[in-house]
Amino acid sequence: MAVVAQQMARQAAGTAAVPFLQIVSVVKQFGDAVAVDSVSLTIGKGEIFALLGSSGCGKSTLLRMLGGFEVPTSGQILLEGLDLVRLPPDERPVNMMFQSYALFPHLTVWDNVAFGLRRDGLPKDEISARVEKMLEMVLLKPYAKRKPHQLSGGQQQRVALARSLVKRPKLLLLDEPLGALDKKLRERTQLEVVDIIHQVGVTCVMVTHDQEEAMTMATRIGVMSEGKILQVGRPGDIYETPNCTFVADFIGSVNLFKGRVTVDEADHVIVDTPECRHYVSHGITGTPDMEVQIAVRPEKIGIQEGPPTAQDYDNPAELGFNCARGTIRDLAYLGSQTIYHVVLDSGTVVKVTKANDARHDEVKLASGDSVHVWWWGSDLVVLIQ
Amino acid sequence: MLNGSIVSSASRPSRKGLLVQLMGYFGRRFVIGVPMLFLLAIFALPFLVVFKISVSEMEGVRFLDLITVQDGLLQIKLKFSNYQTIFFNDDLYLRAYLSSVWFAALTTVICLAIGYPFAYFLARSRPEIRPALLMLLMLPFWTSFLLRVYAWKMLLADNGVFNNVAMALGVLSEPIKMMNTPFSLTLGMVYTYLPFMVLPLYANLVKLDIRLLEAARDLGATPWQAFWRITVPLSRSGIIAGALLVFIPCVGEFVIPELLGGPETLMIGRVLWDEFFSNNDWPMASSVAVVMVLLIIVPLALFNKYQAESAQGSGK
Repeated sequence: MAVVAQQMARQAAGTAAVPFLQIVSVVKQFGDAVAVDSVSLTIGKGEIFALLGSSGCGKSTLLRMLGGFEVPTSGQILLEGLDLVRLPPDERPVNMMFQSYALFPHLTVWDNVAFGLRRDGLPKDEISARVEKMLEMVLLKPYAKRKPHQLSGGQQQRVALARSLVKRPKLLLLDEPLGALDKKLRERTQLEVVDIIHQVGVTCVMVTHDQEEAMTMATRIGVMSEGKILQVGRPGDIYETPNCTFVADFIGSVNLFKGRVTVDEADHVIVDTPECRHYVSHGITGTPDMEVQIAVRPEKIGIQEGPPTAQDYDNPAELGFNCARGTIRDLAYLGSQTIYHVVLDSGTVVKVTKANDARHDEVKLASGDSVHVWWWGSDLVVLIQ
Repeated sequence: MLNGSIVSSASRPSRKGLLVQLMGYFGRRFVIGVPMLFLLAIFALPFLVVFKISVSEMEGVRFLDLITVQDGLLQIKLKFSNYQTIFFNDDLYLRAYLSSVWFAALTTVICLAIGYPFAYFLARSRPEIRPALLMLLMLPFWTSFLLRVYAWKMLLADNGVFNNVAMALGVLSEPIKMMNTPFSLTLGMVYTYLPFMVLPLYANLVKLDIRLLEAARDLGATPWQAFWRITVPLSRSGIIAGALLVFIPCVGEFVIPELLGGPETLMIGRVLWDEFFSNNDWPMASSVAVVMVLLIIVPLALFNKYQAESAQGSGK
């Protein structure tokens, strides 16, 4: 159910992105330090947009500016055309779920959730109806009379979610929504949260440093580093076609080969690297003899004892794939997959992951074995930066 | 086989555990015992002595024994007429108690009104300057308390600094009487006890999680509402601690009423002093002291109970 809703939303976001939230060249400086450096983003209604980056990249500062806790040094934040920049947090149609929740410790679950509605001066029976409905949605009705410290981490997280949704904000902000939960619980909760957000139908901007969390929950991801947005796209786009080495390296793991463009045709290019001659099955925008990096995901690399072909390795354009010889330095068996570190003849270490669809006994490769590794010319990405 | 291994592995640690438990039991007793002995020696025993004096009869300068055995006759003589006097025969004492409680309460309220914003801004100040601000707060303690209170005499007297300056500036045509009034007494007590209100409040407010206030703002609370709904309830333990630290010593205060309150101000500390040193009536003075201690202990115990209950509620 959750997954279907998510896919539908993803499609919707992909086809018609209504400009609902517009962030226009927003800059935030703290003294001399630039925390957010001229960020512009357009987020459509109903999207779940994830700002992904390591700590200190400015993603939280950007979120806090949306919430009204920081004032941009310059730039505009438009929500349905209304400039939010001058509005204090209590006058914005925006609610935030804080990192580690910031639940009011002296109030019960019920009073925590009702807090925002009471500030709006709603009639009593409407408040209790809405709080009750919200607590039902997050499965916390039996805990209404408890104080936050009497709840588990997962329950506290749901109170925080309920508290930020009960006012029916136009925009929901999530600051590391699942960061305080342990791994197992986090994976389960990710889809639950997405499910609830879709039930409510609220547009959502979340901040996370966890790429899996971003890819599971978000319809689109913006990768941030040093205050700048490097790439915006759907999870698949960002993973398969990163636009720079930072993004390629930050999302998942990647093998990078440095080299020079030697053949630059419209439909393919050849890049010579110390490891091998790379055939790339698509054209790139660049000049011959330009320095580039080839990025290949570990799971896209094949590994086997014998050579994948009898033909000459140095002519990959005819084969359609690229090959190299090497030795397995070490391997890690992780159950569902095995990770091999292969030292190529050039000395470069390549990471290869292989799904263990056969029983482990049948995998014959061992540390110290000589192997051939190969990857399709269509499976790699040429990075200019 | 499996069963056996489980039993043996389970029984061995439990024997060891018993020893550790016993040691823990006595160890804990011992650790608690040290402060208990201390309290017994410096509080409970002297209090018992005072209580004994309060029910003793005097013969000249000698206290008569409470318990006498003569000719096989055991006599216990407890003279409670002093308590009778305090509660029924002479309203001086009750008036003095009430007046003490009134001035202590007034001082506490004023200290809270001044001390709360004081502590709030101290807690919100930049962390680099906080030690300096705290130092300023404690600086007056480096001068003798007696001197500082005495200094107010100079400031508030009819021909003191305030009146002289005001008259020189033409604000006043004749001096206002400030010394030896309830005003000067309260001023002196507020001045002296303010740091005792500010420090526990500061310690409490500095721990307050700013994100709770942000969450309140986010949910539609104005800054003022966030203050009353979040900051004040969460600083309740600091308020109670500060109020007790001001109220309790103020009830028994002697020096400030003596120096600033003038002869008319009635406070129990002065009555106590007079009984001891003017009337030399030690049993009477002791009775007054016992009643005063009870007067302070009862609200303290109630507060404590209330705090323990609310602490259970909020898990602190």
